[in-house]
Amino acid sequence: MVTNATSLTRSGLSDFIIQRVSAVILALYTLVVIGFLLMTPELDYGTWVEFHAGTVMRLFSTLAVLALAAHAWIGMWTVGTDYVREHYFGQRATVFRSIYMVICVGVLFVFVAWSLQIFWRL
Amino acid sequence: MQVSIYRYNPDTDEAPYMQDVDVDIPEGRDLMVLDVLEMMKASDPSISYRRSCREGVCGSDGVNMNGRNGLACITPLSEVVKKKKRLVLRPLPGLPVIRDLVVDMTQFFRQYEKIQPYLQNDTPPPAQERLQSPEDRDKLDGLYECILCACCSTACPSFWWNPDKFIGPAGLLQAYRFLADSRDTATAERLAELDDPFSVFRCRGIMNCVSVCPKGLNPTRAIGHIKHMLLQQGT
Ligand code: SF4
Ligand code: SF4
Ligand code: FES
Repeated sequence: MVTNATSLTRSGLSDFIIQRVSAVILALYTLVVIGFLLMTPELDYGTWVEFHAGTVMRLFSTLAVLALAAHAWIGMWTVGTDYVREHYFGQRATVFRSIYMVICVGVLFVFVAWSLQIFWRL
Repeated sequence: MQVSIYRYNPDTDEAPYMQDVDVDIPEGRDLMVLDVLEMMKASDPSISYRRSCREGVCGSDGVNMNGRNGLACITPLSEVVKKKKRLVLRPLPGLPVIRDLVVDMTQFFRQYEKIQPYLQNDTPPPAQERLQSPEDRDKLDGLYECILCACCSTACPSFWWNPDKFIGPAGLLQAYRFLADSRDTATAERLAELDDPFSVFRCRGIMNCVSVCPKGLNPTRAIGHIKHMLLQQGT
């Protein structure tokens, strides 16, 4: 049976707010990056690295990565609990949904860990 | 005119099927879909459907006509059939079929029950009645008119996917009807019941509910108001 147990916050309202706030963060981040690309006529690896080297930009990137992970989890969880259900999959729905969620969490974890490693040169 | 009607009798049929019936439609008159059903039933009494008031008041004859939910009694044939010259009748989608066009509404009413559709007030009752200003009364317009026909909830994909957890547009419209009532004092408790990720927040704003409601009501707007109230209470 589909339950709340695996939702990000278990509160529809909190999930809703996180979804909206993370969307705003991602929109701002996208604008900043696009703005940089447009305003840098001679873009090469050096300027790109320099752009991402400042502490503020690193923190912003970290925030964007975390926002994307939270946003994606809420969205994927919703999709999973809408479609990977008994209705289509019968008794095995819970198993399928668990596998689906483990894959989502795995992908998101790798994404976050790898991004942080890149941004902070760990 | 050719009418294709969904037939299923669990006692004799192994699976539901569509039956094609030729119906002689009298010239020069625009019948309602319910009239067509009555004509069909006159020649084949085994055809089953619900109906009572035949004037859009009781909400019992919600059916799916050429892919769109509505009340058969107030839906003119000309509006459904248009140029296709063919009428396809199916039960409301998403609910278990009992027989032909008759669906089991248990899940729909269970969601209605969850929102506690009655006035709650813990202050001592006045000698006569609880009064309300005309302005406060106006806030209930567009909410109280719902006849619980289920056309909206059974057109809502979110209700199809999670009918046991998502309240659905009909229930949420009524939830807001009591949240908005100045005489009701259970607002906080009502909101707390709706905060989980399913009851309200499964509404994705698809607005199928608004497009089919035979009473012209707007559940999506009411759901927006509920979300707003939750947001105000939570922050
Ligand atoms: S909101 Fe409209 S469609 Fe939904 S149950 Fe009420 S009257 Fe029927
Ligand atoms: S607006 Fe919400 S309640 Fe209405 S049909 Fe869409 S998802 Fe369902
Ligand atoms: S028969 Fe009552 S609403 Fe159609």
